[in-house]
Amino acid sequence: MSNEISERVRTVMAKHLRVPVENIASDATFEDLKIDSLDSVNLLFEIEDEFDISINDQQARDIKSVPEMVAGIEQLLAAKAENPPAGAS
Amino acid sequence: MPRVAITGVGVISALGNTAAEFWDSLQQGRSGIRPIETPGCTALRFRNGAEVDAYDSLQHFDEKQVPFLDRFAQFAVIAAREAVRDAAVNLTPDLQASGAVITGSCVGGQNTSDEGFVSLYREGRPRVNPMTIPRTMANAGASHISMELGLTGPGFNLSTACASAAHAIGLAYWLVRSGGAPIAVTGGCEAPFSLGFLKAWEAMRVVSPTTCRPFCRDRNGMILGEGAAMMVLEPLEAAQSRDAKIYAELCGFGMSSDASHITHPSTEGPALAMQRALTDAGIEPKHVDYINAHGTGTEVNDPTEAAAIRHVFGQHADRIAVSSTKSMHGHALGAAAAMEAVATALALHHQLLPPTANFTERDPAIDLDVIANQARAAEVEYAVSNSFAFGGLNAALVLRRAESQ
Repeated sequence: MSNEISERVRTVMAKHLRVPVENIASDATFEDLKIDSLDSVNLLFEIEDEFDISINDQQARDIKSVPEMVAGIEQLLAAKAENPPAGAS
Repeated sequence: MPRVAITGVGVISALGNTAAEFWDSLQQGRSGIRPIETPGCTALRFRNGAEVDAYDSLQHFDEKQVPFLDRFAQFAVIAAREAVRDAAVNLTPDLQASGAVITGSCVGGQNTSDEGFVSLYREGRPRVNPMTIPRTMANAGASHISMELGLTGPGFNLSTACASAAHAIGLAYWLVRSGGAPIAVTGGCEAPFSLGFLKAWEAMRVVSPTTCRPFCRDRNGMILGEGAAMMVLEPLEAAQSRDAKIYAELCGFGMSSDASHITHPSTEGPALAMQRALTDAGIEPKHVDYINAHGTGTEVNDPTEAAAIRHVFGQHADRIAVSSTKSMHGHALGAAAAMEAVATALALHHQLLPPTANFTERDPAIDLDVIANQARAAEVEYAVSNSFAFGGLNAALVLRRAESQ
């Protein structure tokens, strides 16, 4: 699960940063990747779309690396599986 | 060079429909931040805003006028009427001929745009309201003020995001000072509460889920506001010769561009705007006693602004009282600087400095004397009002206490 999420996160990030996916280490921090606050807002938007989740502002502020992003997504996906949105099958 | 007086003020905001109500809340440190009531503005990560309470167009406009006026332009006209009435100036044909109207509005008729888009994209209608263009244009406030008051001099609107009204007031000041207009009605107007626009702010991740706490350790974002604030500017000599009430003098204006990042502010740009405003006023940093800060309450703005203030004022910054009234009237974008300039003029007039409301705990990274929660009586000769826009376009105004009359 974690590996698959990590792959998808790195793919989204690589596309956003316009670099090969190999350049996004699975333990990279946003600082390593020279991601500023505006990049980060854009990236979170693309991640929310990719995983169909909603990341609140506090969670967003705490995410500053690829592993933190992956852990945050896992948590949100687990919460979503437990409490599926109304109307979801 | 001729001096310029502020002789009339008008405000409609979350703090009430008049400048008197505005000042009453400011001096009591009472915030107008409440749950958002505009219909349809739910499903957002934030719930609070600073809206004009229980607004009814028909209390201010004829039924026939309303279809031509978006909410933001209505606010503009209401504040301008009050400012001119307050100035008690007789708009003679000569004054009307060259009188200027210079406004700031960042986003124009958002409500009208949103209604048009809902009609097209959601309801599948083939056409939108034919007044969509004249209601939406950001200069509509300036246009309606000029029509209402019969002012046929220079008229325009400036759109520089959160600094719009500071640029507008600054240019109106220069125009009156240079003799280009014998009177100016100037300020800002904004009505940003529509779902489409609030969603855009949500996506920026800078709006607080709770409230606006500028300069506090636990601040977590800005709170959007709406309304308008307008002031009447006249040459000091003209104001004195008609025995006008003078709230304060406008005596300096400075502008700068960060030229660095589209959203992240720099220290240098704001510092340069303040320095230029002081130079324009012909004063030194040590003369300033109060700063009405841009103070949005975001993680990045507040320490950056504090560093810029420290850079300009050095050691003297310890002796400057600072507050952000956005904690009470919210961040009304293109109208924000006008509300703050009026707040600063009223602070000089009353020699009472409005506080930063909702203040909890000092942020150790912010090395300023922030007035917390309670207004402070003080002897203030010069005050600065700061406004820094997304996109790095900065403006600072210097105001001076009126000579005793």
